[in-house]
Parts: sequence; C-alpha cells; structure tokens
Amino acid sequence: MTSLASNRSAAGPADAPFVRIEGVTKRFGDFVAVNNISLDIHRSELFCLLGGSGSGKSTLLRMLAGFEHPTEGRILIDGQDMTGVPPYERPVNMMFQSYALFPHMTVADNVGYGLRRAGVARREVKRRVAEMLNLVKMGDFAHRKPDQLSGGQRQRVALARSLVRQPKLLLLDEPLGALDKKLREETQFELMKIQTQLGTTFIVVTHDQDEAMTLASRMGVMNEGQLVQVGEPRNLYEFPSSRFVAQFIGAVNMFEGVLVDDEPDHVRIRSEEAGCTFFVNHGISSAPGQTVHVAVRPEKIRLSREIPPGADNVVKGVVDEIAYLGNLSVFQVRLGTGKLIRVTLPNLDRHEGTTFEPSDTVHCSWGPSSGVVLAS
Amino acid sequence: MRRQGLFVILMTFAGLVFLYAPIVTMMVLSFNSSRLVTVWGGFSLHWYRELLNNEALLDGAWLSIEIAALSATAAVVLGTLAGFVLSRFGAFRGKVAMAGMVSAPLVMPEVITGLSLLLLFVAMEELIGWPAGRGITTLVLSHATFCMAYVAIVVQSRLAQMDGVLEEAALDLGARPWRAFLDVTLPMLAPALISGWLLAFTLSFDDLVISSFVSGPGSSTLPMLIFSKVRLGVSPDVNALATIMITIVAACVFLYAWRASTRLGRRKSGAAGTQPSGA
Repeated sequence: MTSLASNRSAAGPADAPFVRIEGVTKRFGDFVAVNNISLDIHRSELFCLLGGSGSGKSTLLRMLAGFEHPTEGRILIDGQDMTGVPPYERPVNMMFQSYALFPHMTVADNVGYGLRRAGVARREVKRRVAEMLNLVKMGDFAHRKPDQLSGGQRQRVALARSLVRQPKLLLLDEPLGALDKKLREETQFELMKIQTQLGTTFIVVTHDQDEAMTLASRMGVMNEGQLVQVGEPRNLYEFPSSRFVAQFIGAVNMFEGVLVDDEPDHVRIRSEEAGCTFFVNHGISSAPGQTVHVAVRPEKIRLSREIPPGADNVVKGVVDEIAYLGNLSVFQVRLGTGKLIRVTLPNLDRHEGTTFEPSDTVHCSWGPSSGVVLAS
Repeated sequence: MRRQGLFVILMTFAGLVFLYAPIVTMMVLSFNSSRLVTVWGGFSLHWYRELLNNEALLDGAWLSIEIAALSATAAVVLGTLAGFVLSRFGAFRGKVAMAGMVSAPLVMPEVITGLSLLLLFVAMEELIGWPAGRGITTLVLSHATFCMAYVAIVVQSRLAQMDGVLEEAALDLGARPWRAFLDVTLPMLAPALISGWLLAFTLSFDDLVISSFVSGPGSSTLPMLIFSKVRLGVSPDVNALATIMITIVAACVFLYAWRASTRLGRRKSGAAGTQPSGA
C-alpha cells in the first residue's frame, strides 16, 4: 500500500493539462463518430464522458487507449504525442465494459498478467498482485477462475488488473454498467475512494447521468460526435448551455418564449406556452424579440393554494397526477395553456396538512434565479 | 400423448438401426469362424489372429495413421493462421477472394482435386526435382491441403464467437500482438484446435480418391488396401481390423464426453459455491 500511496500526485487541476485532445475527428467511412473534439484533462481528475449510445464517447475512449486512430487531430498524454503509439506502449490502461477477464487464468494470474508482460520479477509480481487484490477486497479469491465469481467480484478484479501497472491514466468504459442498482451505488463510492487514494487520472465513459454526477470532478456531455458542454457536474446541472444538455442531465420543464425585456441585471420572457412571464436575474443577453427557451427544474418549483406575491414567475394549474416515490413526490400539473409540467416536492413530514390532491387548483411559482435561458 | 410417445420411441429406434445396423453386422461377422463373409459359422477369434499375420494390412493401417497425424498437424497450423486472418484482420484487400479460396476445397470434387494435385507434383518434379516420386510426402501435402479448409472453418467460427475484446485487453496490458495471440487467443482456441485436428485426422485417414491419385508404389494407405481387397472379395480379417478401430474410436469419444460432463458439473458446483459470499 505504501508504494501506491507515494504514487499519488500532489498537483491539483491547476497545472498543465495531463491529457490533451487536439481537434480529434474519427470517421468510419462516411460516418463521423467523433467530430473535431478538443479537450484538456488535468492530472488526478476523475473526468466523466457522458452521452447516449452512438454519441462517440466510446470511440474517443478507444482512441485514448490506442485501439482506434484519429482521422484528424492528435492526442497527447503527459506531454507525449500518442500518434502511432500502439496500445501496448501507452502509459494507459483500460477497464473494459465486459471486464474482458481472461477465462482460462485465475484471478491472480489475470491481475498479474500486465506485470509479467512488463518483465517484473516473479516475487514482485506476487507481492503487487496481493496488494492490489487487497485494495479491491478480493484477496480471498486469488485462486478462483473468473467464471466462479459474481458480477461485482469480476468488476473488482477487472479494476485491480487495470490498476496494477500503475498507469498514468485509467480509462473506464461503463465501469458499473453490468451491476445491479444497489451494488452500483456502493461501488461508485468505492471507485471514488480508490481514485483519491491512488491519485491516478480517471476517464470514465458512461450513459448514466446519475453515475456521472456522482463520480465526476468534471464531466463532458457528448452528442452526435461532438462535445456539447464541459464543466463541473453542478455547473452542468444548474447552468446548461443548451436544451440538449438541460434535457439530458436531470428532468426539466422547457418553455418557449419571446424576450421582451433585456436589462443588464435581468431579462423578461413572455411565454405563450406557459401563459406567464419569466423573470430571470442571470444568464445570456440577447436581442429583444428573439425566441428563446427557459428551463426550470422540477424541484425548483413551489406549489401553493394562495396566490404568491408578484406578477412574474407564477402560473396557475390543476394537479393532474401524483407519483409518490417515498423520499419525494412527483406532481404532474396541467397549466391553463394545456401544457403539462413536472414538479417534485420533498416529503418532509409523514402527514402534512397542505398535501395536494389530484384536480386541486394550485399556483406554481419559482424564484428569479431558478430559470435558465437557453438560446440554442 | 401416449401414442405420440410410442411413435417417437419407434422412430428413434428405427433411426438408430438405420445408422448402426451395418456397423453391428460387421462387428458380429468379425467373430465369424466361416471363411464366407455372409454365412455364420460359429464364434471364433480366428480372423483377429489372421489379422496379426497380415503384414500388408497392418503396414497400411500404420501408414494411414502416420499420414493422418502429419497432415492433420500441418492442416491445423495452416488452417488456424488462415482462420485467424479471416476473422481478426478486419477488411483487407482480397479478403473475399481469400475466404473463397480457403473454403473452395470443401466443394471441389475430390477427383478433380486429386488429378490436379497429381499433375502439379509431376510438373514440380520435372522442374525442381521435388517431391521426388509419389509417396508419403505427396500424400501428406495433398491431405493437408484439403483438411486445412475444414480447420480454417472450425477456427473461424470459434473466433467469431470469441470476444475480440480479450485480445485488446492483453494488448492494453502490454502484450505485443504475437504474445497476445499465444497467451490469450491460442488457449481459448484450444477446443477448436483439438476438434479441428481430429476432424482433419479422420478426413485424411479415410480418404481414398485423392490418395489413389497421389500415392506411389509401396505407399498404399489402409482405405486403398481395403478397397482393392474388396474387389477380389472381402476377407473377414478386414472386419476384424474395422472392429478394433471402431472400438478405439468409440472409447475415445466416450472418454472425452465423460470428462467434459464431469468438468462441467464441477464448474457449476464451484460457481454455486461462490454465490453466498458474492451476494
């Protein structure tokens, strides 16, 4: 454990980028899988690439590993140009989505494989394999074959195998995709713990936004081969730059409207779709008269029976349906214009006096900082 | 339901009779004391003793085994390389042509394969002096040629089932491509290689047509000897030889199936044993 701990880098995300992706494009025939992506990732970051299937996130990961080669652009890892460097010579290891454990080898042999290929002495291999297996709590399973392990155990072995060479960069392709929900949540935190402990730079590819939000120190959202937005999970959630990101990460109510008032400290948007005027005290400045979208997250909307003060950011509706999820309740509210919106309220008390019932008339309101104006 | 059950049983029985009656007949007749193959004259081991004295037949059997082993080994090496290239090298120029040419011997009439090989060997002998005359060398070369196609098919289908990601994992862990092939692909391929080798061995062992073209004096394989004997009238020592061969083959198949089933059982119980700790 000591040697691993000393491996930890003290450098924060402030220094020069550790992984630099420069204008990388990958075409398969006519199909553009990755379209002109530039991205810097810093040392010891846990970076998540989030995207749907076919968004190009896995192709980008495979280019980092060296299994695919960029059609255009180049990739630098730790300052070294990776163009033409085969996978077996890169300071990078990958944890595969299917784990790709060698079925004819024991757990210990699987984990030790990378060290044996690097010519590490037999005793040293044994020591480091044991150390790694203890780190992932699989020490008792060293002599099992992969087909004698459960899914979660295989995942741990795969992680140990990809970490044992102490790579500068670890790539994880849907690392928790094959686990059930409960195990997933446990493993997420364990993965973060191991990452902090070793200080290795992690790049995780996932289609699961919850996973990305939990794991990532920074994340990038991909769509149709392009990197749509990069930032901290919190920023992406609160300040999405486009409708795609707003809708991809979390649930959102989207309203179309026209910009009627553009002041330095606020904007007003008249929305026929919602039947009200939005007052937003932050965000973009655009020309009045322009059609924009306003996004409001379901948990940022309040429900009340009385009309709240103020003329903006209030709209009347009728409760259509309620879904009780235990920790919170999801309300579908039909506005006067016919549009359905989604509101989530935490269930603070077991029995609250003002609980709403279906077909109740309610007033939905939100604060001036809750809405996000999206021009694209 | 009952009637259908009876029907199924009857059909199964009829099928088994259809498949195995000739073999059983031959095995029974190998213990016949009569010189006439089709007339039962009482139980006897006479023809087994006779067989031990029939050196030509035993030499032929040994020669066939030798040729089959050599050509099966060569076919496995060549067929594996061909199958690997076809299923793992992606799209390359001439891939379709190569796939067609590798599997062409499967559909080529044996007479034509045999004749063309003979012509080739004669021409080569005139041009470069090798292979000198027809014999074991030409037999092994010819058998390897057509057996290789079968091995390539077996290997290719096994590779298609196998996840290419395992090889990528080996590369990722620092193995050069050749090393990854030895460490990961080859062990995973082992069952296909064994069955490919056995298939090639069998095909070579009972080949008659191609062998007749490319064999020379003194290199008559067992099928050739049996065939020429039959033309003069079957002698019961051939039955004895066939019975011995069938017994050996059946024993091997049984042993293999038994081992496979016990191994599978052990694996299942092993996996079940991990469940409590895995949860």
